[in-house]
Amino acid sequence: MTQTHPFVEIRHAQKSYGKLEVLKDISLTVERGQIVAIIGPSGSGKSTLLRAINDLDPLTAGEVWLDGLQVNKALPHRQYENHINEMRQQIGMVFQHFNLFPHLTVRENVTMAPKLLKTISDKEADTLAEEQLDHVGMLERIDYYPSQLSGGQKQRVAIARALAMKPKLMLFDEATSALDPELVEEVNLVMKKLAEEHMTMIIVTHEMDFAASVCDRVIFMDKGLVVEEGPPELVFKNPTQERTQNFLRKHLEGAK
Amino acid sequence: MGLDFSVIPPFYGTLALGVLWTIAITATSAVLSFFGGILLAVVALYGPLVVRLPFRFVSWLFMGTPLLLQLFLIYFGLAQIGVDLPAFVAGVIGLGFHYAVYNSELIQTAMVAVDKGQMEAARTLGLSRRQALMRVVVPQAVRDVLPPIGNNMIALLKDSALVSVIGVSELTLSAQLAIGRTYRPFEFYAAAAVLYYVINLGMEAVLRGFEKRNRLSR
Repeated sequence: MTQTHPFVEIRHAQKSYGKLEVLKDISLTVERGQIVAIIGPSGSGKSTLLRAINDLDPLTAGEVWLDGLQVNKALPHRQYENHINEMRQQIGMVFQHFNLFPHLTVRENVTMAPKLLKTISDKEADTLAEEQLDHVGMLERIDYYPSQLSGGQKQRVAIARALAMKPKLMLFDEATSALDPELVEEVNLVMKKLAEEHMTMIIVTHEMDFAASVCDRVIFMDKGLVVEEGPPELVFKNPTQERTQNFLRKHLEGAK
Repeated sequence: MGLDFSVIPPFYGTLALGVLWTIAITATSAVLSFFGGILLAVVALYGPLVVRLPFRFVSWLFMGTPLLLQLFLIYFGLAQIGVDLPAFVAGVIGLGFHYAVYNSELIQTAMVAVDKGQMEAARTLGLSRRQALMRVVVPQAVRDVLPPIGNNMIALLKDSALVSVIGVSELTLSAQLAIGRTYRPFEFYAAAAVLYYVINLGMEAVLRGFEKRNRLSR
């Protein structure tokens, strides 16, 4: 088939925990190099959707595709494990609580996965760590332990760790929500830098200003549904749906 | 009969050899109990049921029966059915597995307590579950229970005296040999006690070294 496919495609994603439906038939696509923000009230399913993309929270039904390959392909257990590990190497993820490995230095945090999964020499690994840490401005802390870093520094290392696998897609799950306000900017700057380098990114965020300034598209979710989506100037300035309007009004009031 | 510690010097060699054997059997058993403990913990938490159940049974056996009895069973019992182990090996197996079970209990608790985000972050990078366990979860769990594992190792050192009954000429048996020649139990048991205490101090120093190395990494 020569038919072009979207870079990332979610088809009829559904997720329920018992009777609770967290995602109700969500479909969306993201093109290569696009930066998409997912916003919405807590409990809207936005993190669940993001975590379904690399199958951290498997869907109840529906498909996730990345660059022509189905991420959540139905395979026998062993084969599936190999398949998903390979897919995940192409999908970087950054968490709200960083999840750096506290028993490893910054350098080891960055090089562990590449060393284990890609056959690179110690020297190549060191070069890789230096490159990636330089990229996020953390080179001077290369031999520190995570416990010696601030939240913003930890998150920048976590981004470098994800980038060291040279992913095609980056997922950000409220990457700045756990940070002190004065530390948010340094992480945002790194994300902006990635945006300028045309990394494909899907960003779950509460920061409307950041979403407006960086993203190509904003998706507003509520109660497991995509309520509204479009370019940020439309969704933020002239939302057509009442639920979006309410959410944005509350959010702006909260920010004041 | 008064106390006369001048009976000891002629047996310096015997006691020194005893000390060496005690250190050898303790160190070997400690290593076995450490790695065995990790293996038991991983299997207990993540192993398939067919492996988990027999492991649980063996764990229960080692925890629920006296160590002395286990040593008899491994040394004399197995010999009877044709498995003739050297006393040292039988001692290491008994001590090592006994304490592996105790270490495993500690490590399991700590593994469960390691933040779920650690496993998630490792899996997200593409690591397999086994890689994530061995590289991320287990090292943190072990680091968290190093002090209580250290206490187990000190208990192991003291329990190593039990292998004297199956004929490993470690410190306690060496003292007994000297007593058999001199009929001076107080002097030699006291000397052995002092020597155990000194080995203990050395062991604590080694353990403290490990713990210090781990301080930053939490």
